[in-house]
Amino acid sequence: MLADMTAIRSNGVSKLHNHVLPALIGTGVAAVLSTGFVTVAPNRLLSGRPIGLFAAADRTLGVAIAIIAALLLLSALAPPSRALQRAAAFLAGGLFLLVLATSGEAAAALVGGAPSLARVSLGAGFWILLGMAALALTDALQRAGAGAGERFAVIAALGLATAAMAHAGLFDALSLAREYKTRHDVFTAALLRHIILIAAAVGPAVAIGFPLGVAAVRHPRVQEPLFAVLNLLQTIPSIALFGLLIVPLAALANAVPAAAALGIGGIGPAPAIIALILYALLPIVRNSVAGIAGVDPAVIDAARGMGMTRRQLFWRVELPLALPLLIAGLRIVTVQAVGLAVVAALIGAGGLGSFVFEGLGQYAADLVLLGALPAILLALAADFLLQMLSALASRQ
Amino acid sequence: MIEIERVSKAYDGNRVVDDLSLTVPEGAFCVLLGPSGCGKSTTLRMINRLVAFDAGMIRVGGEDVRQVPPEALRRRIGYAIQSIGLFPHWRVEDNIATVPRLLNWPRARVRDRVTELLELLRLDPATYRAKYPHQLSGGEQQRVGVARALAADPELLLMDEPFGAVDPVTRAALQGEIIRIQQATKKTIVFVTHDIEEALLLATDIAILERGRLAQWGTPLDLLEHPASGFVAEFVGGEASGLKLLSLRTVAERLHPEEKAEGEPLFSDTSLRDALVAMAARHTDRLPVVDRTGRPLGAITLADLVR
Repeated sequence: MLADMTAIRSNGVSKLHNHVLPALIGTGVAAVLSTGFVTVAPNRLLSGRPIGLFAAADRTLGVAIAIIAALLLLSALAPPSRALQRAAAFLAGGLFLLVLATSGEAAAALVGGAPSLARVSLGAGFWILLGMAALALTDALQRAGAGAGERFAVIAALGLATAAMAHAGLFDALSLAREYKTRHDVFTAALLRHIILIAAAVGPAVAIGFPLGVAAVRHPRVQEPLFAVLNLLQTIPSIALFGLLIVPLAALANAVPAAAALGIGGIGPAPAIIALILYALLPIVRNSVAGIAGVDPAVIDAARGMGMTRRQLFWRVELPLALPLLIAGLRIVTVQAVGLAVVAALIGAGGLGSFVFEGLGQYAADLVLLGALPAILLALAADFLLQMLSALASRQ
Repeated sequence: MIEIERVSKAYDGNRVVDDLSLTVPEGAFCVLLGPSGCGKSTTLRMINRLVAFDAGMIRVGGEDVRQVPPEALRRRIGYAIQSIGLFPHWRVEDNIATVPRLLNWPRARVRDRVTELLELLRLDPATYRAKYPHQLSGGEQQRVGVARALAADPELLLMDEPFGAVDPVTRAALQGEIIRIQQATKKTIVFVTHDIEEALLLATDIAILERGRLAQWGTPLDLLEHPASGFVAEFVGGEASGLKLLSLRTVAERLHPEEKAEGEPLFSDTSLRDALVAMAARHTDRLPVVDRTGRPLGAITLADLVR
């Protein structure tokens, strides 16, 4: 395939219209040739032996992946058009699902139907191929000028197709799925706990941070000390902050039985939520200040001159005009909180981080993945949804 | 009617408006004129209490502005500014409807009023209603700004260099519009500018301000013919003010009845300045004058222009 590419370049007949796709496909080809698509280990605690795509998977699946990649490469040579970019997006989406399906098929073929201690894990080649397919899809959607609705539909379709494949048992032979199977009763609870931790932190952070930001705009003198404190908070390493909260909260629970009854204590969700709120404050306050202070003074002068009261000015003019920046701040802290909440498992807050730390303790990479992968997907989903909301808010 | 009585305003001990008194009669087009920093904008903004004054009294329609809640006062007074300040997240229609909605007008009445104002400002309602400010040119934006200021049919219109940021052609068109609107609605207008030409074109009364004090108050003609001080004479144009004077007087005031002359006649309401331009262009010192119906009235000579 690499040879094809150079041949096309050197004969000089065709012109390359898209430089991103060949780079992505080149990377994918290099990954397939040099790394394992999956790894096979005799049991879950030993590290595995890499097996290449064509050795691991059914021949037809490997060939299908190669054909789609070749078609994508050809599309980079054709003069760009909307229809072409849509076709490329379709191919890239297909490639994404095909790589996923191939991983399941390869695992099933390698461990067979018999119950065995052997484990098949996803290899570097799989991740690189999947990543390249996702990037090719993003690139094609962007070139096609896809709107927010279209992007949402594409991502929802991919998510549904993946869920359907999982439901059909396509991935059951993979080590990741087996880790899930042994923990599926606690997995949903952990995921839910993770989401609750984030909501319990981001909600109050907005409720505190937004009024603080507005106050900072109204009274510029408080800005300097306020940001000094918030910046300081941001520099404390998360593990240290979780640790620092243990002592005062334990003391509080001891002194006030009612607080302890509410679940407040030195460990558990309470210190985690407080730490997450503290980390979320800086972006929320900063974006609130930027949003409100960024409203054109002429607009405010006109609004006052028309006879708007302070309150009307705020709700009808300042808030709607600041909204895109406020949502951008919300987006930053939500994505940040998803990651920080993983660490919070260290102090007994639960959530997806409990799988990560359990996996680290057992030296079981797939158990780490069982916690990390949903956290990544959660962060991406939150980022995407809030990005769409922001686009909606700034449309006017 | 606006009565400004011995009003002063200081920022950090620096008096920007100093013991200013001024009475703007009902239906006047009053221009506050002066160099930057003379206190003209501050004076304007004290009328609707966007700026609080330290001493003195301002009455609008006989009512002390400090006895009225500021928001209620401002909803009675139209307000248009140089930077326009249209609400970028609202359509043209919503921008114009700002004050009527603050006053809780019924929906249908607001819609009819918006249509009426768009037509008054020569913006096609069907095309412009639903546009957002960023979709408009600078001139169109200022038309919407003026429509917004007029929306609740205010007794008084305050305009702070409203045409200062548009190109000369658009500016001339907007000046024409505001003259037409003022003549049609008989609204009292207080208009701030630093541009003497604009002031002479628009004003029925001009207040020239110098460092927060009233340097002279009078009609455009007064200012040119009898400047009260060296400052006023200098500001209205020094030596060049003679030419401005010509643009304020008409041929009718200087013509010789019964006399005759050769050539294309001038209308009697032509300004002396345009008459001078016509003589220079046609290489003549004498032209016939007719009225708008074409009836001969007499003749005017080059010497009459400067008499």
